[in-house]
Amino acid sequence: MQTFWFVVVALAIVAYVVLDGFDLGVGAVYKWVARTPEDRAVARAAIGPVWDANEVWLLAGGGTLYFAFPALYAASFSGFYLPLMIVLWLLIGRALGLELRAHLPDPLLAEACDAVFAISSLLLTIFFGAALGNVVRGVPIEADGYFFLPLWTDFRVGAHPGVLDWYTVLSGVVAAVALAAHGACWLVLRVDAASPVHARAAAVARAGRRALMVLTPLSLVATLAVRPGVLDNFRAQPIGFALPLAVAASLIAGELAGRRGRERGAFAASCVYLTSMLGGAAFALYPVLLPSSDDPSRALTIEKAATSPYAMSIAAGWWIFAFVLVAGAFMYLYRSFRGKISSDAGGYGH
Amino acid sequence: MDSALVVHRLHFAFTATFHYLFPQLTMGLAPLIVLFKLMEARAPGRGYGESARLLARLFAVNFVFGVVTGVPMEFQFGTNWARFSRFAGGVIGQTLAMEGMFAFFLESSFLGLFLFGEKRLSPRAHLASAVAVFLGSWLSGYFIVATDAWMQHPVGYAMGDDGSVRLESLSALLFNRWAFWQYLHTMGGALVTGAFATAGLGAYYVLRRRPTDDARVSAALLKTGVVVAALASVWQTFPSGDQQGSLVAHNQPATLAAMEGLFHTTAAAPIVLMGQPNTDEKRIDNTLEVPGVLSVLTYRRWSASVHGLDEFAPEARPDNVALLYYSYHLMVGLGTMFAGLMALALLALWRGRLLGARPLLWALVLAVPLPYVANTAGWITAEIGRQPWLVYGLLRTEAGTSHHVSAGNGLFSLLGFMGLYSVLSIAFVLVVARIVARGSAAAPVEGAH
Repeated sequence: MQTFWFVVVALAIVAYVVLDGFDLGVGAVYKWVARTPEDRAVARAAIGPVWDANEVWLLAGGGTLYFAFPALYAASFSGFYLPLMIVLWLLIGRALGLELRAHLPDPLLAEACDAVFAISSLLLTIFFGAALGNVVRGVPIEADGYFFLPLWTDFRVGAHPGVLDWYTVLSGVVAAVALAAHGACWLVLRVDAASPVHARAAAVARAGRRALMVLTPLSLVATLAVRPGVLDNFRAQPIGFALPLAVAASLIAGELAGRRGRERGAFAASCVYLTSMLGGAAFALYPVLLPSSDDPSRALTIEKAATSPYAMSIAAGWWIFAFVLVAGAFMYLYRSFRGKISSDAGGYGH
Repeated sequence: MDSALVVHRLHFAFTATFHYLFPQLTMGLAPLIVLFKLMEARAPGRGYGESARLLARLFAVNFVFGVVTGVPMEFQFGTNWARFSRFAGGVIGQTLAMEGMFAFFLESSFLGLFLFGEKRLSPRAHLASAVAVFLGSWLSGYFIVATDAWMQHPVGYAMGDDGSVRLESLSALLFNRWAFWQYLHTMGGALVTGAFATAGLGAYYVLRRRPTDDARVSAALLKTGVVVAALASVWQTFPSGDQQGSLVAHNQPATLAAMEGLFHTTAAAPIVLMGQPNTDEKRIDNTLEVPGVLSVLTYRRWSASVHGLDEFAPEARPDNVALLYYSYHLMVGLGTMFAGLMALALLALWRGRLLGARPLLWALVLAVPLPYVANTAGWITAEIGRQPWLVYGLLRTEAGTSHHVSAGNGLFSLLGFMGLYSVLSIAFVLVVARIVARGSAAAPVEGAH
């Protein structure tokens, strides 16, 4: 049951990264792909009706983590206090920049909203990547099971690192590039080819994919250097090597699809890339939820952090039921807004 | 109290209070929007559809502010209240996760459809999406109230070996008797906010008489708002407020004593309408009271003896009696005023004079902020009343904080939230003022496409 919930939490995180990831990615590339007010409206319309539902995966995943592994929620949220506060402020900035823009009459205020939306989205991609980097690297968990991490120390990966060190910054950069490319793929898919946004997004997606071909192996080498034990699970269960293979395959498939103008294929490849990257990290960590950077015996494992068997089994029932409903609602939502967005299409105003 | 505890308490209190300004209106407006859409379907051309659209614009803005200020609430359970989360997460995590999986997804998926889809969907599907948004927002309210109700009146749990609580019965958690009345009282409060806003909006349009305003819309908002507000105001006093008070009296007697400012156990206890609690001298100064009424309200007998604060050890009493007393009296006083004001408005409406009664219309406009005050005071009563417990009888508040997060770090983010929320308030007023000023006049082109 503990393993089931480990997988569920991992899936919720994947759902969040794949879905809200393209919203954040659109924000990160917003200033580059959309330069006129009309283009910007097109870019916003590509995520306008869906970003909020996508963001719910963060809350649903957080809530699931909360009841399934309360000790992990307690330790990690208080330990990552400072970066999480910054993430909260950025989430506020992203949402309000996006939503209030159409309501503000003054062009300068609208411009300010655009900047807040774009900068918050970009910084969020970096912070989420750095967060994953922190989880892979481990944190100095104290004897009572808690810790408190400063934002940075000396940027070296030692026993007492900060939230930001060279490794987590690298993870942040990889995530920023991956999600920017993901958002650009989404724009290519959603925006009418006649709009200049389409061509610019395609160029950004192409550049992002090529950067990832360099950054992905680099981050793998860096991970091996920071945590040599990361391959243990793969050696024990060689089937896990399917995940890094899927990462490589998705990069190649994305490139091929991009060259041939297959928009769906390129976006799907990007989804597979994100899923297999996160899946690989989860596979390497299991059964650890949060590794310790100095004393391995203090690592928070699923067994140490888990709630009672009754709570886990009864929740499995309602969670799966809810998931089916959510999947249905998402399909209806996305179907209702299918079709290309062009600059003269109405119906965005509300 | 050590300063980190004060900071963590203020951190949650400030962000929760600010947050709840928005959901109380969205939860209050959601059923009104559905009502207007139903009335439009039955009697088209009387301004109900336009009213629904105007309220939906206000709903949308409030919803966004509710979402962005709501995310920090879930995070803070972990960031600022880590030991509480470790203690209780296995129980209350259930309701919080259910809120995400059932309510938020329902609400946010269908809100996208409701706001963006009026042209894409059939009228029936659009009405259905409005109903889904209503259900989602009220379901979300239920899960949050059930979470708080468990903290007020823990049920369905057992103590685990590691000192944390374990869930024993999900149905006991979900169908906590405390949650039932607290939910109905909280939702009634939200409906008061929504209905007062609707009535106030209509009154404002009637008063300003702008040629671009559709008089049918102004009248529809005003009349519907008054009727719903009158019903909701009565509901808040009886039965929901009365039942909520009875739960407090029977399960949290020290809280009731502090709310009423009853320092000594008294037979045929009077109810204090006005007066200032003097905690040093343990009495109420300058009182205006009605004898025996507190005994009747609590135990349905004139002569019944009501427990006073002196029966409880100092460490078992709420730690801020004055704040509790004032917020409770403020809530009750405002609630009584609401019922009175809406009774007058209803009378004027019945006699067909409401649209011309300028002083009354002005009162309705000026009353719009007051339900926010009453709801806030109500939540302060509930949460200060639970003190010194975080989980009543199980976990004291000082044992629930994140002990590795220092007072300085907590203060840093608290000040950060205060600054950011000031900016949010300004943005909110700018946007809402624009929507209200435009009223039912045709929407200008938004987003330029």
